[in-house]
Amino acid sequence: MSSVLFWIIAFVAIGSAFIVVLNKNLFYSAIALVFTFMGVAGLYVFLWADFMAGVQVMIYVGGILVLILFGIMLTNRISSVNISHSNYHQGIGAVIVIGIFFILGWMILETPWLRIVEQEPTQTVGKIGRLLMTEYLLPFEVASVLLLAALIGAAMLSRKAN
Amino acid sequence: MNIFIEYSLFIYFLPLLAFLVNIFFGKRLPRHGDWVSIGAVLITLALSMAMFAGMLFSYDPDFRVESSFTWISLGDFVIQLGFLVDNITITMLLVVALISSMSHIFSIKYMEGDPLYSRYYAYLSLFTFSMNGIVLSNNLMLLYMSWELVGLSSCLLIGFWFAKKSAADAGMKAFMTNRVGDIGFFIGIMLLFTAIGSVSYSDIFSGVANGKITGTLLTFAGVGLFFGAMGKSSQFPLHIWLPDAMEGPTPVSALMHAATMVAAGVFMMVRLFPIISPDALVFVAYIGGFTALFASTIAITQNDIKKVLAYSTVSQLGYMIMSVGTGAYVAAFFHLVTHAMFKANLFYGSGSVIHAMHHALHKKHDHETDPQDMRNMGGFKEKMPITYWSMLVSTFAIAGVPFFSGFLSKDAILAGSLSFANHHPEHFLLPVFGFGAALLTAFYMFRLIYMTFHNEPQMPELIEEIHESPKEMTFPLVLLATLSFFIFYTLPYFNPFSDHGWFTYVIEAKTSLVHGAPSAHAIAEGIHHSHLPAMIISLLVAGLGILLAWQMYLKRKLSAERYANKFSTLHRLSLNKFYVDELYERFIYTPVLKLAGKIAFLDWDLYDKYVVDGFGKFTEWFADLIGKMDYDGLDQGIVDGTGRSANRLGDILRNLQTGQLQNYILFALFGVILIVIIQTMV
Amino acid sequence: MDQLHNYLLIASVLFSLGLFAVITRRNAVAVLMGVELILNSANLNFLAFSRFGGMNFNGHIFALFVIIMAAAEAAVALAIIINLYNNYQSINVDEAGQLKR
Repeated sequence: MSSVLFWIIAFVAIGSAFIVVLNKNLFYSAIALVFTFMGVAGLYVFLWADFMAGVQVMIYVGGILVLILFGIMLTNRISSVNISHSNYHQGIGAVIVIGIFFILGWMILETPWLRIVEQEPTQTVGKIGRLLMTEYLLPFEVASVLLLAALIGAAMLSRKAN
Repeated sequence: MNIFIEYSLFIYFLPLLAFLVNIFFGKRLPRHGDWVSIGAVLITLALSMAMFAGMLFSYDPDFRVESSFTWISLGDFVIQLGFLVDNITITMLLVVALISSMSHIFSIKYMEGDPLYSRYYAYLSLFTFSMNGIVLSNNLMLLYMSWELVGLSSCLLIGFWFAKKSAADAGMKAFMTNRVGDIGFFIGIMLLFTAIGSVSYSDIFSGVANGKITGTLLTFAGVGLFFGAMGKSSQFPLHIWLPDAMEGPTPVSALMHAATMVAAGVFMMVRLFPIISPDALVFVAYIGGFTALFASTIAITQNDIKKVLAYSTVSQLGYMIMSVGTGAYVAAFFHLVTHAMFKANLFYGSGSVIHAMHHALHKKHDHETDPQDMRNMGGFKEKMPITYWSMLVSTFAIAGVPFFSGFLSKDAILAGSLSFANHHPEHFLLPVFGFGAALLTAFYMFRLIYMTFHNEPQMPELIEEIHESPKEMTFPLVLLATLSFFIFYTLPYFNPFSDHGWFTYVIEAKTSLVHGAPSAHAIAEGIHHSHLPAMIISLLVAGLGILLAWQMYLKRKLSAERYANKFSTLHRLSLNKFYVDELYERFIYTPVLKLAGKIAFLDWDLYDKYVVDGFGKFTEWFADLIGKMDYDGLDQGIVDGTGRSANRLGDILRNLQTGQLQNYILFALFGVILIVIIQTMV
Repeated sequence: MDQLHNYLLIASVLFSLGLFAVITRRNAVAVLMGVELILNSANLNFLAFSRFGGMNFNGHIFALFVIIMAAAEAAVALAIIINLYNNYQSINVDEAGQLKR
């Protein structure tokens, strides 16, 4: 049962990713991206990462995707109905990317992965929080500074020069 | 440092300083800088006199101070330069300083108004400097350097009026002739240096004494050194330059070509006498004796007043050389000193006469008449009394009349040659040369006096314009004439017939260091025994010479023309100086020039034209070829080709540089794939 | 669903698709979307390795930082895109070629 659910979720994520990449309409792509993110979040759940799944939904779907939509809106006049865009050197791109994919897949299937079986943790948030406050305190703080810098930088960049 | 060395340093370097000042700034100084040189030489004179007084006070025949410094030091090769001050040095220094000062003073008027006045004084200072170097040196290296410097200053001063071609040529001739002798000199120095390993006198003396160089090699070294003396002291066959050197200003002739520079050769022989082997000395004696007679035979027919004196100088130098050769080298040095005084005086006197003639001719606007020709003179006695009397005194001295200095020194030389002939009867010619020359000397000197000062004037229109020279010129005359009296050389004794005095005491003959040479004592003994006969014969010949001149040129009882016609061949030979110059011209200069011409033909017309030019042409052709290869092939093909291909490649490759980030990513990914594929293949 | 390589394969598909978008898309916003896909696939890998590598939470932390980074990147990228649009009246990445000329 959960196996079937897994494959369904995986299929949704991959299928919507295809739409994101191949659809001519940018707006549809953005919508398809929502489903991809959601699908990936579902896969996180299968990986016992419920907190990360929550974060994924909150930040990607609630934050980044909204930003992207804003970007689409701001850069394409609403009046122009065709918010589509053209692609280029799709042929060679496809060949290269398929090549990369085959290399990756071959590597994944060939590698004898070490596997350590572990009990499903009772809770994840507490452990992550402890790690962030102890071992990864400095990166955590640096990340906050990064976010602040990104905030200021984005505001500075998008401001109209006067 | 010893006071004598200190004085010597001043004596040595002051004239050099004066030379440098005058040659660079002379023209801008007041009076054109003559006072710089005169001051320098007068200080030199004062110091020399102080040293001389010191020598007389110590009165020590073995007095000797030496000081040297290392000039070159290359491992074992060490050359030291330095000063040697002994009695010979001090006496010679005084002579040089005295005659040099006299020349400086005499020149003030004589050279007045010359456009190169300051340069003249600079040269005089240079000469004084180099002459002092010869005198003071304690080694052959400094001696040789000073020797060449003297030759140079001589050349410069002889050719001082270089606008006149004969003067310039004479300067060149003097230099060249000296060079011939100097080659021998240098060979001699090198022989000694190679054998002994040092150039300092003391080392060489001890080296010879220890037998480091003996036999033929030593004889060759001695003859080599003597070659230098032959050039400088104008001995046959290198005597040709001295008469020509009379082209220079008369004070220069007096200073260099009568008293000091030409005496350098004699001085050197006196200095180095102990190391000259007896075989070399015989050669020296014959050269000197022959020169003495030979030059005096020329002097009797010359009409140029300075030429007579020039040949007289050659003859007297021959005397000194002969004396060195016979072993009586103290007599040679004695004659050097006395001769310096009276010969310089004679030259100044002739200069005074020429000066007067020149001015008289100038006033008469006569530029044709030769002011030096004695046939244009005569009767100057009343007009130029100081010149006349001083010259007369000097003439007595040179002729060997008693009570004058020349008598003593000449007598010593003749006694030496007579004693030598007594011991070695096979060398009987030497005294014959000596006495013959003495006879002729007395004759030609009185001929000069009679022709110049006595009789009626040959050019009566000139006679009222002839005046005595100014004080600057008569002062040296009087001084040097005074010094021609015997008394100055025999003190503290007053015997006019013996050279016994301070000179012979202070300058003591030293025994030759060469093995087998007669001792100084033996030589002195021989001279002593020959003294009386030599004096009698020399008095006789001198009297005969004076008598002949008196009869021929004053009383005119004997006609000079008749004798000239009677011995026309000899007369012509003498008048033309035995054609030595012509012989040189014919047998040396011309063949050499011809040979040079032939070689030049070979060189220019054959070698240069065909080989050198051919090589040039070939090189040019080859260079053209290479140039073509280089320009058309290398430059156009490879060098430009590299650039062009790089350009073309760049044109192609720049298409890859799209500026599109996505293209780059594409390439990067393509690279990743390639790497993975290659990785799996390997 | 209990196999590591399943997740890895899904992640590699997502990665390839994101790469394809980055390479072929002209629109800068679409390129950005491709980048997000790539980041998601990376996160998926982190979590998968974390899950099958003994369930330690370092992978989670890494994924968290990647998400933080992605948020910042998205904000700055959109600002740049808006700037680009203001200057060129277009957000086609191949038209922003001023440095090339």
